[in-house]
Amino acid sequence: MTLLLLVLLPLFVLPAPLLLRSRPVLATIATLIAPIVIVALIFPWVIPVFSGQTLISTFEWIPSLGLSIAFRLDALAMLFVLLISVIGITVIFYAYLYFAGKPEASRFYAMILAFMAAMLGIVTSENLLFLLIFWELTSLISFLLIGFYGHKQASRRGARLSLFITGGGGLALLSAILLIGKVVGSLQISDILQSRDLLQQHAYFPWILALFLLGVFSKSAQFPFHLWLPHAMSAPTPVSAYLHSATMVKAGIFLMMRLYPVFSGSDLWFYYVVPIGFITLLVGAFVAIFMHDIKGLLAYSTISHLGLITLLLGYGSTAALSVAVFHLINHALFKAPLFMMAGTIDKATGTRDLRQINGLFHFYPMLALLSFIPIASMAGLPYLNGYMSKKLFIVESLAVHQDGMLAVIIPVLAVLAAAISVGYAIRLFHNTFFNGKPRELPHWPLPPLNRLIYLPLVFFASLCVLIGLWPEWVVSVVVDPVVVSSQASSLYFIELPPYDLSVLDSGWLTWISLLTFAGGAALYSARKVLFAWHDSLPTVDAKEIFETGMLWLISRAQEAVHLVENGSLQRYLIYIFIAALLLTAWPLMQLRQWQGDLALMPIDPMSAGAIVLMMVMAVSVAVLHRQRLIALLFTGATGLLITVGFARFSAPDLALTQFSVEVMAIFIMMLALSFLPQTSPEEKKRYRIRRDAVIASIAGVGIAVLSFAVMTRPQQTISSFFLENSVSGGGGTNVVNVILVDFRGFDTFGEITVLAIAALAVFALTRNLRLKGRVSESVQAEAWHGYAQPYPLILRTLARPLLPMALLVSAYIFLRGHNLPGGGFIAGLITAAALSLQYVACGIRWAQVRMLTQFRPLIGLGLLIAGLTGLGSLLFDHPFLTSWFSYFYLPVIGKFELATALLFDLGVYATVVGATLLILSNLGRLMTIHGPGKEIG
Amino acid sequence: MEFMVAILLGVLTACGVYLVLRPRTFSAVLGLTLLSHAVNLFLFSMGRLHSHTPAVIGAVDQHADPLPQALVLTAIVISFAMTAFVVALALRSALELRNDHVDGVDKEEDPI
Repeated sequence: MTLLLLVLLPLFVLPAPLLLRSRPVLATIATLIAPIVIVALIFPWVIPVFSGQTLISTFEWIPSLGLSIAFRLDALAMLFVLLISVIGITVIFYAYLYFAGKPEASRFYAMILAFMAAMLGIVTSENLLFLLIFWELTSLISFLLIGFYGHKQASRRGARLSLFITGGGGLALLSAILLIGKVVGSLQISDILQSRDLLQQHAYFPWILALFLLGVFSKSAQFPFHLWLPHAMSAPTPVSAYLHSATMVKAGIFLMMRLYPVFSGSDLWFYYVVPIGFITLLVGAFVAIFMHDIKGLLAYSTISHLGLITLLLGYGSTAALSVAVFHLINHALFKAPLFMMAGTIDKATGTRDLRQINGLFHFYPMLALLSFIPIASMAGLPYLNGYMSKKLFIVESLAVHQDGMLAVIIPVLAVLAAAISVGYAIRLFHNTFFNGKPRELPHWPLPPLNRLIYLPLVFFASLCVLIGLWPEWVVSVVVDPVVVSSQASSLYFIELPPYDLSVLDSGWLTWISLLTFAGGAALYSARKVLFAWHDSLPTVDAKEIFETGMLWLISRAQEAVHLVENGSLQRYLIYIFIAALLLTAWPLMQLRQWQGDLALMPIDPMSAGAIVLMMVMAVSVAVLHRQRLIALLFTGATGLLITVGFARFSAPDLALTQFSVEVMAIFIMMLALSFLPQTSPEEKKRYRIRRDAVIASIAGVGIAVLSFAVMTRPQQTISSFFLENSVSGGGGTNVVNVILVDFRGFDTFGEITVLAIAALAVFALTRNLRLKGRVSESVQAEAWHGYAQPYPLILRTLARPLLPMALLVSAYIFLRGHNLPGGGFIAGLITAAALSLQYVACGIRWAQVRMLTQFRPLIGLGLLIAGLTGLGSLLFDHPFLTSWFSYFYLPVIGKFELATALLFDLGVYATVVGATLLILSNLGRLMTIHGPGKEIG
Repeated sequence: MEFMVAILLGVLTACGVYLVLRPRTFSAVLGLTLLSHAVNLFLFSMGRLHSHTPAVIGAVDQHADPLPQALVLTAIVISFAMTAFVVALALRSALELRNDHVDGVDKEEDPI
């Protein structure tokens, strides 16, 4: 439970800073609550977890799919939770000073809290898929934070570049995770950690490893994906300190450590990871020296250190893993304050350019002093934590068991990298605080610093010193448990010998260390020459290349889209029809014999005549379609003949339904036609007519062949089940109706919902319709009054007595529906037809005043009845929509049946009536003399 | 009889497809209507053709396949709703855009 709370807590707090937008102090305090409470929550677990316990809490989510919400807290996760929350506290505090009461601070706080939740999710997830979701969330939030100043082009581009690279990496990681899941059969980390041999011997292993590394390398800014990190520096400095040095970029490292037991030790791991780590280490360090932007320098230095940690992981030995963990802690502790220093200087001087920032020691001696410790730690000066990491790194580089050239190259390159990092550290410190006087600073004279800024700096500096003085303590208390937890699975607790720090006492190491200092100093003193050389190089801006590439890609994509999607409905339809024809043509070609074995039904003259008539009608519609009214009448006739066809072929329910629907549909189309042109213009492009006729004919032939082939073959059907169980299970003899309201009641429920939605859509479409295209209304009204009665007397007189009779018929059809042809659909349509006759005969106003209800409530009521009937069965511990029926006996009436299916059918009935009338009355409303008038519905 | 019904299905489909491909909304609505007739009849014919055997227990000994009938019954109602929706849509687009071309832009004619 604690673990779930851990992840959710920042999200609970998230609204607070947004609400306290105008009170910066309160907003900061509210934001600080989250990490402080997290530290408090986690505190009781620190000691048990670091002494080897693993906390796993699981909430079943979809057990049938093997999905559960599971969290895992072992020493590795604990280390990261502590880093995230403790550094989070300092960063939020620092952000308060950085934003200096500006309202945008609240937006920043909200995002930082969201990020904190996502990051905590990554490190505590037990399920790899969940981990991936949190992983992607951090990419997204990082995107938002880099683009925090969205009005600046550099910010937007940097944000896009980072999202492109980390998002792409996320995809690779997803593939890797799915492959792992396929091989292992589980996505739980505990299971995967047990499956080392299974994975490593699998044929997919090279792919899994490559995809996995692609994902983590892009996140942790390894070469050549490191390009996004420098461009992420356009984010506010607290973001750089938190996301882009201490936490998010370490997510890749974290995941490598998390799955270290599975992947490490294989040759592939060594050959994939070590070269990339080395290149990143060297490239990062080398480019850092030339960075004039103080944050750019720190960014490349971060890249270089990430490369160093990756490299150590690549070595694959337990000792190297210890050093990687140790350095991960150290890097977070000395890089975060350096970013804070850079941000402070940026705010104070108005620039981040190291060519302008010089000699600040004179102005900010305290800042210089406090920055000296982390910078010295980064360079690896004795008695600071970085010193230990550097020495251990060199020891491990010497200890790599490789033959031949590698045994020499690796240590040499390691020393070289250490020397370069000393060089940029010296540059950072000397250039900022000494090196002459400041040049043309935008802010002059320099403002005094807020003293509170020293607080986080003192905190980090003292930690650097403490770890530097007692490295054994940190190694044995924190690093060793982490190494154990990322070495061994939770089930097999392996007792590892604690890391032996005595190697550090050897004299030759001190000499090598001195050598790196000398190299670094030499590099820095030769800076003028180096900078001149660097300036002569062509400048390559990754952002520009990325943007150009993106523009190219987008324009190609647009061209491709325009090729297919040009806004012409006819063209889309042609594509769809041709695709459908092609897809069905192939199997139809395989058909050896058109006619099956079933005996044909004899042809009787009546049916044959009707069918021929229907064909003539349909063809007439197609030929005469430009004479719209005639075409419409033929369409209606076709529909009515289909009704006859249903009746002929033993489907009385269908005939009844089709008949009522056909009347309504033609009715609606007539209404619509009165607003549309009465004829279609002749088409100019004759070839289209021929082309469409050919396509239509092919489709027709295909359907004819297909249906003939099916109809003449014997069928295997599941309908015997329905026939057998209709009376015993559904209590009705009309099987079609029992299927509708009972066996497949859920489908019917969905269908009446669709009907309701369509009716509401018609209502919405006609709601504010302006009839500007029409003949002016006064003219039309005059025409009505002058030449014709709008509501003919005979129709008016006949319609009224017809209504009760029609309602009686529909009630009869409804009630008998369960046993004889009929039911809710048909009864509803009959009622709707009878009522709409009143509208036609007597006018909308007359009818509307006399309607007892509006139609939308009726639709709602119908759906409610149907839904509640379904839910009712839950009360009796039966599945949704189980029907119940029984037979009763009353004097006079006799034996009769009551079934819940009838209630459900009542819902269907009400929905059908409401929906049909809503459609008709709203289309009809447009027709009235008074125009659209008050809405009906 | 199966042969004739198959031909009828083919004709209905062909006319429907042809009309759906016309450039005016009203023709497309007519085409959709014919096409939905064809589809309903096609689904229905999947239960094979039977005479005088309605799926009502007790009335006759043999029964036509009730399942396609139930499917088609709801399909008829739904296609009615769809037709109504398309008609309303066509109306709205014709009155708002002042032409009844399916693309909303009449490249061939003057606006109505």
